Amino acid sequence: MSVSCSPFSLTDMRGNPHSYPPPTKSVLVFFKDDCPTCDLVMPLIERLHSETTLDVFAPGQTAVGNQAMVQRHELTVPVLDDSDLKMSFAYDIETVPLLIVADAEGGELDRLVGFERTQWRDFFDRHAPQIDVDWNRFPDWRPGCGSLSADPIVNARLRAEAEGRPLRARKLEIAADDDVHEFMFDQGYSDGLPVVPPTAERVLRMLTGTHRDPQQVVATIPPNLAPATVEKIAINAVLAGCTAETLPVVIAAIEAVCTDEFNIHGVTATTMGASPVMVLNGPIRDRIGMNMKLSALGQGTRANATIGRAVRLAVRNIGGARPGGTERSTLGNPMKFTMCFAEWEERSPWEPLHVERGFAADDSVVTVFAMTSGPSLIVDQTSRSGPQLAGSIGLCMESAHHVKAHRSGDALLVISPEHLDTLSRDAYTKQDVRDRIQQVTSKSLRELVADDTSGVGLDAAAAARMSDEKLNRRLPKFATGDNIHIVVAGSEAGKFSGFFHGWASGPMGSMPVSKKIED
Amino acid sequence: MTTILDPTDERVPVQREITPRPESIKGAVALLDIVKPRGEVLLDRLEELLGERLSAVQINRYRKPTFTKPAPEALREEINAANDFVIEALAD
Repeated sequence: MSVSCSPFSLTDMRGNPHSYPPPTKSVLVFFKDDCPTCDLVMPLIERLHSETTLDVFAPGQTAVGNQAMVQRHELTVPVLDDSDLKMSFAYDIETVPLLIVADAEGGELDRLVGFERTQWRDFFDRHAPQIDVDWNRFPDWRPGCGSLSADPIVNARLRAEAEGRPLRARKLEIAADDDVHEFMFDQGYSDGLPVVPPTAERVLRMLTGTHRDPQQVVATIPPNLAPATVEKIAINAVLAGCTAETLPVVIAAIEAVCTDEFNIHGVTATTMGASPVMVLNGPIRDRIGMNMKLSALGQGTRANATIGRAVRLAVRNIGGARPGGTERSTLGNPMKFTMCFAEWEERSPWEPLHVERGFAADDSVVTVFAMTSGPSLIVDQTSRSGPQLAGSIGLCMESAHHVKAHRSGDALLVISPEHLDTLSRDAYTKQDVRDRIQQVTSKSLRELVADDTSGVGLDAAAAARMSDEKLNRRLPKFATGDNIHIVVAGSEAGKFSGFFHGWASGPMGSMPVSKKIED
Repeated sequence: MTTILDPTDERVPVQREITPRPESIKGAVALLDIVKPRGEVLLDRLEELLGERLSAVQINRYRKPTFTKPAPEALREEINAANDFVIEALAD
């Protein structure tokens, strides 16, 4: 009794589906483009297709290679796309070319591996005697080439897929004599600080933090435009030191930074040294132990430190952004290690950030901002009224990027509780704070002209051509009040607020993006 | 022995060979402005000089919508289809 060939359906180069086996005698040929033996036999395969009634199917192992093979030999035989190697794996192929002849019931009649001239001649005599081949033009023997599906790295993934296992990432075995931490530094997985070895056990534990399928692709990460699966994100979350409960935040933050609006490609690449600053709102803050009080923007809290770090490591490891490669910050920026904190919503009479941005108060949300420096401290221990303190904050914020650079884009202002109390004394709202900042920072164009003290500002030659009326026009620091994003955080003690300087803002640069955090 | 899972995208970058340097400049030259400040000043001057020295060469000017993002696919295809050379004015 003959062995039955596994049925499949693959598409040809035009996208037309082909089902195998057909109800006729057929030939199945697995090949890969860069195999010289496959190249040698391909004209013979074309003749089997064009000069016999055999149904010929030729699954090729790479999409680009299929195209090249078709062009090189002007093939009309259906060349099928097995670039995911699923069929090559299902047929357990070690070597290409592999030919399988099947009868009309799909039972295997014959098979050939590699090229041995007498075998091929006999094969043609048996199945296609009408074809006249000049066998003297062929070499006696050529070995086949290793099937891509047998490559140890790819094979492990294909096997995991076939068995439905949750983990598909390549396994790296570190010799007993090697130090695993040193290995990870050497491989470039680290941001410069030690990382936690992502063993299968740790990654599986990390994946318990989400209901998502480990193979779900949640984003495409530049610059390599690499698919970020939940599994790959979980591996990087392990590296960063995250707990499983924080994984949904990391996933949402990666979704947010990989939007076209946020533009993580530009944020990472810019010489200005921008970095995502992540702000958390909603009930998840308490559940995962986010710090929004003393030292909220600093070190000492695992959730704050590791969520921001996991996002950065994912951009580095999955997306391929590395300093000196496509990451080209002139000075660098400590926020590129990590920057994630939560808003102390309960301490504030104001609408929290996520509600301002259209979410429900009980939604858990992460908002990402592209910021180039911060927090720049606003030291004001003596203002005693809303207008005075908000004015004072404005004077400090005028320094964002450069004191003479007006019509700036986004800035993130973090108001401390003591400052909030001073502003609240006069019932100052977030909008009042924004208006006051814009008011106190407004300068006439005349005051913003570049001069001997600084070349930044309005071009002196352009100013010389302007009317007095135009030169007297006043320009606030920020393009609009809405560019000033305000949250509350910090300890009860200390009249110190802080702000982050933005990067290129708006659709031509980066815009803040908020994502709801889903379990 | 410890076994860890690969945190990278596991892809091997495609190796591309640099196109051989041509003997002479013929056909069309694309001048791409990535819209960094004063990039167009440099390209204006280049266009002028190329025009003086290579009068038979056709110069085509292009602009990226923003320097902060990669050039859109359609623009890359357009430049590739219509030109033999590209000169890109990079950062300020």
